[in-house]
Amino acid sequence: MTLPVLKAADFASTQEVRWCPGCGDYSILAQMKKVLPDLGVPREKIVFISGIGCSSRFPYYMNTYGMHSIHGRAPTFATGLKSTRPDLMVWVITGDGDALSIGGNHFIHLLRRNLDVNIVLFNNRIYGLTKGQYSPTSVEGQVTKSTPMGAIDHPINPLSLALGAEATFVARSIDAYVTHLGETLKRAAEHKGTSLVEVYQNCNVFNDGAMAYAQEKGQRADNVIELEHGKPLIFGKDRDKGIRLIGTHLAVVSLKDTAIDDLLIHDERDPNPSLQMMLARMRHPEMPEPIGVLRAVAGVPTYDDQINHQVELAKTQRGIGDLQALVSAGETWVVP
Amino acid sequence: MQLLGTQLTNTSALAGNDVATFPDFPAEIRAPRGTRAGVSGFQVQFASEEIFTPGDQLDALVVMNPAALVTNIGDLRKGGILIANEDGFNEKEYKLAKVASDPLEAETIQESYRVFRVPMTRLTRDAVAELGLGNKEAERCKNFFAMGLVYWLFGRSLEPTQKFIRDKFAKKMPEVAKANEVALQAGWSYGETTEAFGLSYRVEAAHLEPGTYRNIMGNQAIAMGLIAASSLSGKELFYSTYPITPASDILHELTRYKNFGVRTFQAEDEIAACGAAIGAAFGGGMGVTASSGPGIALKAEAMGLGVMLELPLIVINVQRGGPSTGLPTKTEQSDLLQAMFARNGEAPMPILAPQSPGDCFHIAVEAWRIAVECMVPVMILSDGYIANGSEPWKIPDVSQYPRINVVHPEMPEGDAPFMPYERDENLARPWAIPGTPGLMHRVGGLEKEDRTGNISYDPANHQHMVNTRARKVAEIAERIPPQQVWGEPAGDILLISWGGTFGACHSAVLACRKAGLSVGHAHLRYLNPFPANLGEILHGFKTVVVAELNSGQLRMLLRAKYLVDCEGINKVQGKPFAVHELVDEIKVRAKALHADAVHQRSH
Repeated sequence: MTLPVLKAADFASTQEVRWCPGCGDYSILAQMKKVLPDLGVPREKIVFISGIGCSSRFPYYMNTYGMHSIHGRAPTFATGLKSTRPDLMVWVITGDGDALSIGGNHFIHLLRRNLDVNIVLFNNRIYGLTKGQYSPTSVEGQVTKSTPMGAIDHPINPLSLALGAEATFVARSIDAYVTHLGETLKRAAEHKGTSLVEVYQNCNVFNDGAMAYAQEKGQRADNVIELEHGKPLIFGKDRDKGIRLIGTHLAVVSLKDTAIDDLLIHDERDPNPSLQMMLARMRHPEMPEPIGVLRAVAGVPTYDDQINHQVELAKTQRGIGDLQALVSAGETWVVP
Repeated sequence: MQLLGTQLTNTSALAGNDVATFPDFPAEIRAPRGTRAGVSGFQVQFASEEIFTPGDQLDALVVMNPAALVTNIGDLRKGGILIANEDGFNEKEYKLAKVASDPLEAETIQESYRVFRVPMTRLTRDAVAELGLGNKEAERCKNFFAMGLVYWLFGRSLEPTQKFIRDKFAKKMPEVAKANEVALQAGWSYGETTEAFGLSYRVEAAHLEPGTYRNIMGNQAIAMGLIAASSLSGKELFYSTYPITPASDILHELTRYKNFGVRTFQAEDEIAACGAAIGAAFGGGMGVTASSGPGIALKAEAMGLGVMLELPLIVINVQRGGPSTGLPTKTEQSDLLQAMFARNGEAPMPILAPQSPGDCFHIAVEAWRIAVECMVPVMILSDGYIANGSEPWKIPDVSQYPRINVVHPEMPEGDAPFMPYERDENLARPWAIPGTPGLMHRVGGLEKEDRTGNISYDPANHQHMVNTRARKVAEIAERIPPQQVWGEPAGDILLISWGGTFGACHSAVLACRKAGLSVGHAHLRYLNPFPANLGEILHGFKTVVVAELNSGQLRMLLRAKYLVDCEGINKVQGKPFAVHELVDEIKVRAKALHADAVHQRSH
């Protein structure tokens, strides 16, 4: 049987999309619908699970199976589902508050277990649905409804956190950079194991332009660096700058006085996350921020494979369980 | 000590006695030995007649040190046998136990009990001397010496324990196995040859219902019940949990049965455990999560989602003393109102409570049947007392259990859109699972529109959905067995109980009826909804008394629902009811009724 060829429109549900006009979420939704038909997975085999927040409305807009769960806990539902239904393709849709604040615990445990699901983390550095409080990724000093004198928390970096948990796939993309976003989502979907894609997403109501340095075409080239496996780290409008490892630090160098051969070569497949972590820590404005795949380590066993393997192994080694034998086990006696 | 208690229990069960046990141990893993807090005890009652509790008072007490003596002597009946390891009574131990001098020599002890001082440590050391063990290892066998002595006193066979020792130690530590066997035998011989005791006891086999029996603990039975439910419904079990006393043993048990298709998931926390079970249910699996009170509190939001998603789920609460961390290893029934109400919004869940260790098996099967039939999360309220307690259990013929029918809808014919919140005669929605073409739908915690399941803020729809979810649970009452009353079906006093207090309450009613009182006993296994005939039963008695190990939670529910002025027998000490406590309370009420009657006649 040949599978029907699906188009992006086939993945649209009948529900009216209710994000604010101009929200970066629209772009992510559009790219997801565009990418899914290329993956060759039937719609009924795809499940989107989200937590709470603006981004977490996402599953309602996809004509697949979906669950809009509770705040921060999407990874837990995904874990139960994928562990028992490894045949499904499971996506976790989350935001910076959902994944990194209330759901921080589940987020790191999902990553360390390497369950074969894909996480898309919409990072807008603000709480949108609750109307404008600062989030765990808001920058220090950020003035919001709950921080009129400026945020005093040090922000969390989702990529560093994921690398710390030794996630097997860690990537970043940008809502407005649609081709890159589509490609990155596709790479995440193809990775076996937990994939994390952080997406810089503009909240045009409560935090407009917070990441304009990365989102806007005119500024992007000088402020972000596109990672490519096996390629030297070069960036800039004129591709005249690079990243070099000097001692134990990364530094921006000019190609006018540094040879390309001296630049750091990106290795997304290195199981040791140390260099990837150094890349993740590059922050604007001191450094360009990396986008693309920071880490993609193949061949690490997935949690869902292993949990099911143990069941199969037990069945082979001990035979399929016999209920009557189970309840009758141990020392017994007969009352006549 | 727990190991030896289990041995005595099993040996007695194999001898055909009815048995009931009450392990009592500290929450600390290595509580300071010799101190009062560090005492680990195991109470067992064995009898030639049917019994329902581990007994109120002890006939015999074995103590290995002064701390054990002072913490347990209050439970020994006057004239009872007190066996003490004399070598455990010295200045150092008095200090640890915070007693001034040898408590065995106290006049109150000497006069009240038959005291036997046995130098167990020394005798054990002598007995195993030729095996060449170090002093410490040799002394460690003294518990088996004590056991041997008890076996002699009550005419128990050494054989089952000898076999246990060989099975447990012989392979890895043959010399330890040998020493323990020798100690056990030495204790037995000591009893037989010293004539110190003057007499020994025989406890004949009890007359239980014919059948094949085994001994079973509550947590073990609940694990087996879940596997049975899984097998009867053709659904592989996904058990996700986070370690907590006293529920963890269910996990330990289940993880051994992966060949039954059991997947166990030790989650990062309680919330994750509940979420994962719901995730499995969404995919068409049998999702079960368990905890104790503090963990259940954490799962509350996820349970509410389960109610909203209308997916089948079992949540097990093995209750312990609360509030907060409370008394982790002690029993209590104080989470009933939590089970009923501790979710935001109107989020009713059916609640079932096993009445004994063996009943945990049947309740687990029943919980899954209700969860599937009604597409609803079901709560099981077990407690520490039945979870760790054991009883002889008539092994069920599993082929006699009705199958649990699970239907997943297939792709519909024609163009009609799929309605994920359409309902059947049980008000259950279809369990449509991912992977089914044509049934793609989205569920979530936002209020659902009737039938379509789309998000809806419509006021009338919300009212309708709240009513429907409530009615779905309430109508279960019509499909569960009617409440039985044991003893008087109507009359003076009705004793109502639930959960692990069944044995004590049943024994108390038995005693009161023997004394000629008009008493009935209704033990509830279904707490939400109540059986349909319960109101009628309550109205048939002059006095309704609710006995529970809390401050009156079931009583509050009964009063609210039936407007019957129930009275309470309540105890919150981390300990089960003693039968005599209940008998006394019932007698007080009987007397009051009698006085009222006399008073009325005289007017």
